[in-house]
Order: sequence, then C-alpha cells, then structure tokens
Amino acid sequence: MLPTPDTSHVSFDTIYEPSEDSYLFLDTLSSASESKWLSERFDNTKHTPPLVVEVGTGSGVVLGFAAAQSEKIFGRRDILTLGTDVNRNACLATRETAINAIKAEQQPSPRTIHISSLTADLCAPLRPGSVDVLLFNPPYVPTEDLPRLPSAVDNDPAAAAAMSRSAKFDSDSFFLSLTYAGGADGMETTDRLLDAIPRVLSPTGVAYVLLCKQNNPEDVKERIRGWDGWNAESVGSSGMQAGWEKLVIVRIWRDDGL
Amino acid sequence: MKVITANFVTCAVKECKTSPESYPLHFHDAELEQQEQEFQPEFIRNIVPRIDWDALRTTSNELGFPSLPESKPEGEALDDEQILKDLHRLLLETQVSEGKLVCGNCGHEYMIKEGIANFLLPSHLV
Repeated sequence: MLPTPDTSHVSFDTIYEPSEDSYLFLDTLSSASESKWLSERFDNTKHTPPLVVEVGTGSGVVLGFAAAQSEKIFGRRDILTLGTDVNRNACLATRETAINAIKAEQQPSPRTIHISSLTADLCAPLRPGSVDVLLFNPPYVPTEDLPRLPSAVDNDPAAAAAMSRSAKFDSDSFFLSLTYAGGADGMETTDRLLDAIPRVLSPTGVAYVLLCKQNNPEDVKERIRGWDGWNAESVGSSGMQAGWEKLVIVRIWRDDGL
Repeated sequence: MKVITANFVTCAVKECKTSPESYPLHFHDAELEQQEQEFQPEFIRNIVPRIDWDALRTTSNELGFPSLPESKPEGEALDDEQILKDLHRLLLETQVSEGKLVCGNCGHEYMIKEGIANFLLPSHLV
C-alpha cells in the first residue's frame, strides 16, 4: 500500500478530516486500471507535464497523494499541482501537506512541483483549457440549505484573531458546513463544478468527481454523456448499501481527446 | 505561490473571461522569495512547450527579471543551459509571498498573503 500523506499539522476546526471518501480517492487514482489509463493518456513522449488541480482540497491529503505518487499514478514525476479551497486555512494546510508528501516520497530528487494553493470558489480563477486532471471530493450530503459562499473578509486572518469565542465557534461551524453540505440532492455545488468542466479542461483533460448514492450517480453520468463528445464512467466505489454503492468516483473525459 | 501560477490563472469575474485584458493578471507590489530547488533541465525542457510565452514575458518583466527571449525557445535553444537555468529560477524557485494580482480589464485586485492568493469575490461581483 502506498503511504497516505501526513496531515498531523492540520487543525480540523475548520477543515475536513480525511475520511472514507478521501481514502476512496487515493485508492481509485492508484488502482492498477486508473493509473494505467492515466499513464497512457499523459504519456511523456506525447504530452507536456500535466497540470493536476484539486478543487476543495481541505487538508490536502488527496492532492498531496497525487503529487507524491505521480510516478505510480501518471507514469511520470514532472507534473504540476494546484489546489483551490474557499477556506484559506485549508489552502495553507494543503500547501504544507503537498510539499511534505513530495519530499517524503521523491528523494533524492523531487520532481513534482506544487505550484500554489489558491483561495477560490471552485475553478473560478483558472484559465480556460488549462487543467489536465481535475479532482473533486465535493460537499455531497443533501441538506435543506446550502451555506453561502465565504468572502475575502471571512478569510481575513486578522479578523479571525480578534474574534470572541462564540464568534469563532460560529465561524468554524460555517467553514465546516461548507465541507459537507450540498443543498438539494447534495448536488448544488457539484452541479456548478460540472458546468465548469468543459471550460477548464484541456482537450485531453479528465475530471474525477466523487458522488454518493443520494446524488443519483447514474443520472449524473447520463447527463454528462448527453454533452457533445463527453463520456462518464464509474471507476471506483465503496460501501454497499441495499445493493448500491454508497460512494462512487466518476471519471469524466472527452471522447475525442486522444 | 510560484510564478508559473500566473500562466494558469485569470480574473475570477465572469464578464472578464472573454476579455484578452484579463490575462495574464498583473503582479503589483510583489514581495519575492527565492527557494532553492534542484535544477532539473528536462523538467524545464518539457514544461516550456505548454507555457504561454507572451504571458510569461509580461509577468517576468513586471517582477523585474531580465527579459526573456522574444520568442519561445524551441529545438536547440532548449539545450542552452543558461536559458534553462533562468527559466528554472523564474518559474520554480521564485515565490510570490505578498502583493496582489490585478485584472487589466476590471481592475479588481486579488490579495496575496503568505503566498496564498485570494480569488474570492465580494458578493456584488459574484
């Protein structure tokens, strides 16, 4: 088994603690079938170093793993990683997780470069067509309300330092709710991400999105197959419940991408 | 954040996406840090073809680096160790720790603190 990146530096007051869904991501990316598929798609004789982006990185365990294990997963070490999260603390945590994981796994000569962690809403600042591999473990739990998007002010470290204890508790709860609360069918945030995929992915780009049973993964895949030239397939799953997988990871890619 | 990031980001405001002025974003008041990384010539050689060269030249000038060649190095130019070393230093060793990224179209300023750029927008721009 490949080592899970160390997240012992992360405070889980506002950040999602790596759980079953995170580990399903690690297992799926490093599975024999997915790593073969990815290594062929991003073969270094045909492809420039891929830009691997995780949206909503939290602790950075998934992106750190993809970075540190790039040789196993992508068949090459010269990849670039970039993470986004609406929580600035998660961005700081991810940078540390990724850099430490690369150092721990790629001695004596590190190759994979974590280029930045950005505080952002999903892919909002990413240049169209720039992303080769997109990873998303969304807030997928169906909830009555969807939490509002944080603003730059919510992420101001000076404001956080000046908060009363109860204000700090409210702020922490708000950020934690963003890690899981998905609104109607648990799909409100995932739907916005899916809408952005054709814009941000490169022609050979591929996205991996985790869904839970209540998100109706079969319907989601059907919808993606209805986009012109796109395909979607389940490539990882865990936890059977009444004959259905509780969690699945769907691979989304352009059919004509190669 | 590493300087190469500027090659992959643009203004987060929807209306700016179609404007050529929104890319690349412009560094203002940037504080730079150099972090030594092992020189990996093939990494740089591989990465050059996917760089938007004009955008990188703009970024490099704004950060006060010596000018990059006018056209993207290709073929034999990629065996020139000095060019590769300059690019290694600019792209991979240079970090922007403080400052802002500014959109040339709408003027919005994205603050960079401790190397983390904040692209969240105020509610009236979402």
